[in-house]
Amino acid sequence: MSNLFDLLVAGLATGAIYALVAVGFTLLWQTSQTINFAQGEFVMLPAFLMLAAMHVGAPFWLAIILGILLSMILLGLAFKILLVDPMMRHGVLPLAIATMALAIGIKEAVKQFFSAEASPFPSIVPTGDISILGHAVSLQSIGVLVVAILAVFGLTTLLNRTSLGHQMQAAAQNPTVARIIGVPVERMILLTFLINAFLVALASLLITPIYLAKFSSGEVLGQAAFIAAIVGGFNQVRGAIAGGLLIGVLDNLAASYVSTQYRAAVPLVFLIVVILFRPQGLLGRPEERTV
Amino acid sequence: MSGFAKPLKIALGLIVIAGLIVIPMNFNRYGLFILSQWAVMTIAAMGLNLTLGYAGQVSLAQGAFVGIGAYAAAIMTTHGWPLPAAIVVAIALSFAVGWVLGYPALRVQHHYLAFVTLAFSTLAFLVFRNESWLTGGIYGISNIPRPHVFGIATNKPLPFYYICLSSLAIVSVAVWWLIRSPWGRAFMALRENPLRAQSLGIDTRRYTLMAFAIGSALGGVAGALYAPLTQYIDPVPFNLSLSLDLLMMVIVGGAGFYFGPFLGAMIAVLLPEWLRFTEGYYLMLYAIAVMGLLIWSPTGILGILDRTMAARRTKAASALRAVAKSRLETAQ
Repeated sequence: MSNLFDLLVAGLATGAIYALVAVGFTLLWQTSQTINFAQGEFVMLPAFLMLAAMHVGAPFWLAIILGILLSMILLGLAFKILLVDPMMRHGVLPLAIATMALAIGIKEAVKQFFSAEASPFPSIVPTGDISILGHAVSLQSIGVLVVAILAVFGLTTLLNRTSLGHQMQAAAQNPTVARIIGVPVERMILLTFLINAFLVALASLLITPIYLAKFSSGEVLGQAAFIAAIVGGFNQVRGAIAGGLLIGVLDNLAASYVSTQYRAAVPLVFLIVVILFRPQGLLGRPEERTV
Repeated sequence: MSGFAKPLKIALGLIVIAGLIVIPMNFNRYGLFILSQWAVMTIAAMGLNLTLGYAGQVSLAQGAFVGIGAYAAAIMTTHGWPLPAAIVVAIALSFAVGWVLGYPALRVQHHYLAFVTLAFSTLAFLVFRNESWLTGGIYGISNIPRPHVFGIATNKPLPFYYICLSSLAIVSVAVWWLIRSPWGRAFMALRENPLRAQSLGIDTRRYTLMAFAIGSALGGVAGALYAPLTQYIDPVPFNLSLSLDLLMMVIVGGAGFYFGPFLGAMIAVLLPEWLRFTEGYYLMLYAIAVMGLLIWSPTGILGILDRTMAARRTKAASALRAVAKSRLETAQ
């Protein structure tokens, strides 16, 4: 029983990180029909930006701020202006392929300019265990969970409670009408790209101390975020959150109750089942099938 | 096209084929390996081009079928079976699995289909890695024999290159015939307007499954050649990135163009070799080149060609029209 509790906490912590990444993923899809195959690499890169800042002598807190700002410029602004804007009118598939190429490019750039080896990364949460209800729980898991929940809570508040958020939702749901009623649609789309860049930088900050900074670590993460986004509902922010938590827990449970060899298969099989029987995702609204 | 264009095209084709046969004769071992790899990847990309380019079904699993073909060939030939028998089994197996993978395409489309096939691709990789009793697990299968053809051993790189090249020729002819057959037209109808295709009496269900199965079978053929080419296989080359690479080849070359996969595979296999002088930067340059190309022409390299030809034809036609119009006016 104590084992199950530990697994649940650890699963929720990784799941919360997946949720951050998946939320960004669905935001890009909703506002600009971008399927970002480089989302995993987007999570991998900010950690290296922060490491680079620390290499040139910045203290950790400054490195974090610089890393987040840089990733918002590179992965938000530059990504939108240089790749998504020119490709958007060409349709979903060419843009998706271009992001695959971008993923290769980011991976190779990190390998070339930083290192092919895994580097340790400092944790923003102190390591150690605390006791909850008689269970030893790692502070890191708790810290990750708290930061991720705060971020998601902040984002949903922004989207649902503020005028800016309503404008963003309008721009995503019906750009034409939004434009007519005076929503600056272009600026709103740019804002979602910046939010996505912020979320992946935050996820990077949370997950890298656990899995180390490595150029190839984006692959697994990107796939987990994909699965989370689709399982939860491709067109819903709360779907992506639920999907992330679910996949995190499922992944951890599968590792100890199914087999370590096939732990990665469980979320995939789950994904296929969800797509076949409920393609809009567990919490999503049905999209009309384009025939 | 005007009258002399067709003989010109045939002559050009013959020159390319002759070049592919003659020029590699004095290539070194590595050059021949790369060229053989190009031939194998072209076969796999042609299969994906059928599924994606002609029938319009997104698949991120072609790499898995190359893996299935490669393991089928490796397991059978190391147990003493001849390669042709292994190829037949590879085709049958990939065809059957591809058929089953087609079923999700009947329910979901576009990005959802991409994700289902992506999941399948990763599942196949897990099976290759974990079922060590069959696939040798992470240690892979080594000492894969190369076949004897008409009594000639193909252990040297050059004879085996000719095997890859002639397989490519056979597949090319078969695909050429297929896309001109009623089936090929049914595939295109499926891509352009499935609803209309159905109302014209095309069994869209069957053709969707067929598009998947035939495309996958070609992936299997490529795999069955890949195994004896490298003579050692492990799960790593058949992970998701192979599927993504193959997809990039098809799109970069030009999806839905017959010669697209040839060009796409050439760029994906040969360009990194030509960029080798840039050392660690070549994959980065490759990625930038692909993104630049897609921004410029999302229909790939052949899309550029197609557009310039179309533009030239419109220009010629409007020039003719202008001449005809002025003649009419002077006649009045």
